[in-house]
Amino acid sequence: MTGNLVEIRNLRVEATTDSGRRVEIIKDVTLDVAEGEIVALIGESGSGKTTIAMTLMGYARPGCRMTGGEVRVAGVDMVRLSETERAGIRGTTVAYVPQSAAAAFNPALTIMDQVIEVARIHRLMSATQAKAKAISLFTALSLPGPETIGDRYPHQVSGGQLQRLAAAMALIGNPKIVIFDEPTTALDVTTQVEVLRAFKAVTSQHGIAGVYVSHDLAVVAQIADRIVVLKDGEVQETGTTSEILKDARHPYTQELLAAFRPTVQERGPENEAATSGPLLQVDNLTVGYGARLRDGKPLVSAVQSVSLRLDRGRNLGVIGESGCGKSTLARAIAGILPAHAGDIMFNGRALGKAGRSRTRDELRQIQIVFQHADTALNPAKSVEDILGRPLTFYRGMRGNARDARISDLLDLVRLPKSVRHRRPGELSGGQKQRVNFARALAAEPTIILCDEITSALDTVVAAAVIELVKELQRELGLSYIFISHDLSVVEAICDEIIVMYRGQKIEEIAPARVKAPEHPYSRLLFSSVPKLDPTWLDTLHQDAEQVRTYCHR
Amino acid sequence: MTKPASSDRPGIRFGYRANLVGLSALCIILLWVVVALFAPRIIPHSVGEIVDADFFGPMSRDLWLGSDYLGRDTFSRILMGARYTLGISLAAVCIACFSGVALGMTAAVAGGWYDTVLSRLLDALNSIPSKLFGLVVVAAVGSSIPALIATLSVIYTPGAYRFARALAVNVNTMDFVLVARIRGEGLPYLIGSEILPNILGPVLADFGLRFVFVVLLLSGLSFLGLGVQPPYADWGALVRENIGGLPYGAPAVIFPSLAIASLTISVNLLIDNLPSRVRDRSVE
Repeated sequence: MTGNLVEIRNLRVEATTDSGRRVEIIKDVTLDVAEGEIVALIGESGSGKTTIAMTLMGYARPGCRMTGGEVRVAGVDMVRLSETERAGIRGTTVAYVPQSAAAAFNPALTIMDQVIEVARIHRLMSATQAKAKAISLFTALSLPGPETIGDRYPHQVSGGQLQRLAAAMALIGNPKIVIFDEPTTALDVTTQVEVLRAFKAVTSQHGIAGVYVSHDLAVVAQIADRIVVLKDGEVQETGTTSEILKDARHPYTQELLAAFRPTVQERGPENEAATSGPLLQVDNLTVGYGARLRDGKPLVSAVQSVSLRLDRGRNLGVIGESGCGKSTLARAIAGILPAHAGDIMFNGRALGKAGRSRTRDELRQIQIVFQHADTALNPAKSVEDILGRPLTFYRGMRGNARDARISDLLDLVRLPKSVRHRRPGELSGGQKQRVNFARALAAEPTIILCDEITSALDTVVAAAVIELVKELQRELGLSYIFISHDLSVVEAICDEIIVMYRGQKIEEIAPARVKAPEHPYSRLLFSSVPKLDPTWLDTLHQDAEQVRTYCHR
Repeated sequence: MTKPASSDRPGIRFGYRANLVGLSALCIILLWVVVALFAPRIIPHSVGEIVDADFFGPMSRDLWLGSDYLGRDTFSRILMGARYTLGISLAAVCIACFSGVALGMTAAVAGGWYDTVLSRLLDALNSIPSKLFGLVVVAAVGSSIPALIATLSVIYTPGAYRFARALAVNVNTMDFVLVARIRGEGLPYLIGSEILPNILGPVLADFGLRFVFVVLLLSGLSFLGLGVQPPYADWGALVRENIGGLPYGAPAVIFPSLAIASLTISVNLLIDNLPSRVRDRSVE
């Protein structure tokens, strides 16, 4: 036995499909993790990164089986152990931090009960000792009020706090190695900074080794010592973090890196000439949810007097963290959620607030594309029907004309003709998002509202979708309102960026000036976007007072 | 509905996998359907004809299932009874499910006052005990086959409504319905094209289950003498008229009961073992 804590040798994992066919999802993977080392597994969805991480606990998801090789954790081969023996190792030697801490906590129990549960199950220490240990972990993870936070219930703390509490739960049994399964993917960037810092501090303090599963190279660069790049269940490339970042050899790794450097939108003068008055003008729009109060205002205001202006052929970016009202703004403009006050002017004419009060042509001109293509496409219909309906509905197209137009649309979004008869469930994430976009294009709109259209996609796929969106603008002269929490996306495509915070527009800036925003929140937000530089997190200095003011960590 | 996925696509395989229990249940149901359709041609004796001098006669070569309380052929009467049991139940369940599902989807999509009023109204209807309701209707308008069908469908509409509404409410919150709404689509398109295809599976299962309930209630009503009236007889009525044969273990009372059981149990088994679609996306 060598000195490595984890030694995975020639691991194979098979899955059995619905029809009983066997598919190898992990093909001959070999990797090591030394004591106290953090190794990142990076790759797109379906590359097998989570499956490999799970084998460290001797776990394979239902329908999957470890069929070959060995997974030695601290000298014990997890593949060959019985389920009871594995249970003894889980939580004490190997621990797990899930992607969604919100789903991992039981809402009916206090946080403390759940954090010390591992110690109780394995009879590691008395309840009082476990509580004391938990409180020291809460302090180490820089959670607010470490003495009392354990008495709360999961819904009473924020997402970032819950993620750190999940880490505390993993660390309570003094594990030698912790599996982090995309622990910051669901968090806002400003929150992510804090969580990453806490993870980094705690693991180096206790000398804990880690396997960090992620698709975000910039996040991984901050925390990992070594990076393993995976694709289709095979290791593509292994190297120290700086080796991978500076000197990637494998084409797929290079592609991943390239996706991080989107080219900034370049504009010719012809676009400037085309403008004649604003295409869309929104004045003092206020939107809210819930019952109407006595003064006619809704119970909760999600957007408060936001004004914006979009010129023909230009793009507007709306950026902000979850809950800032950016999606609500898009919904109000589309007429899904009628605004409470304010005006929406389209082409110089006032639009009805509710979609029902708009004409069919007005509805056609403004299309919205939703974030999750999974729910935005009817799973029971074929791609042909999905794209054909707007054609029939708005243009009265039928038969051959309609078929030809559907083919054109598929060409436009670079989808093969073969997807035409498939249903959304048979398409990949990127393909679904293209169909979703093509449906908006089918209406031949003037404005497309893109609501986080890339955030559910892998880095490489998202870059391709952004590229496509840009090309279509050149070809069709569309205008976009691009809603995102990802600054790099907005920066890449927009002529003007609006920063929103708690329902208000706090700053309007041109992408060229993104480096120097004026409002302190914009500064905080922009500085929190992880960079590929591995020293970024350590050298990042954010004003503690601003962080307190603007972050609900 | 959408067109079936074209089978010429290379690589992607679709198929249905059925199991033995489901298949045998389907066979029994189909057998009863055939019997109901062709009963007049296959009965060995006329249903009204007294063919046996003895009543509650035993099974014999001539009278396969013995004779009933008047000495008529039980086998022929069961075959003819299938027409009434299956026909009335099927008509009632079709009406109940169609109106229930249509109203349920409309309520889910329209929401607001329409939903509230309709839901309360149908809840009120649901709270009336079904046998009592049948009794009142028969007392008021007399027992005829159309009245029976109408009564049974009214009784089972609220259940179908609740079921469909619950499913449709979930589908209604999906983004694709929102997309259709903001496209300006009307109610018929929303419920027919966006919602119905996504709830069809459970709705069909509910249809089968409700069919069983209707068969049992119809048999119950007939047993009480409120259902199908002489000279016609459905299976429930056959059990009732021959109940006097129970102490003698007469086949005339046992076999109609078995007929009811075989139909309802088969429908249940079929629903539980519906063929599952085999999807294998990775073969591309």
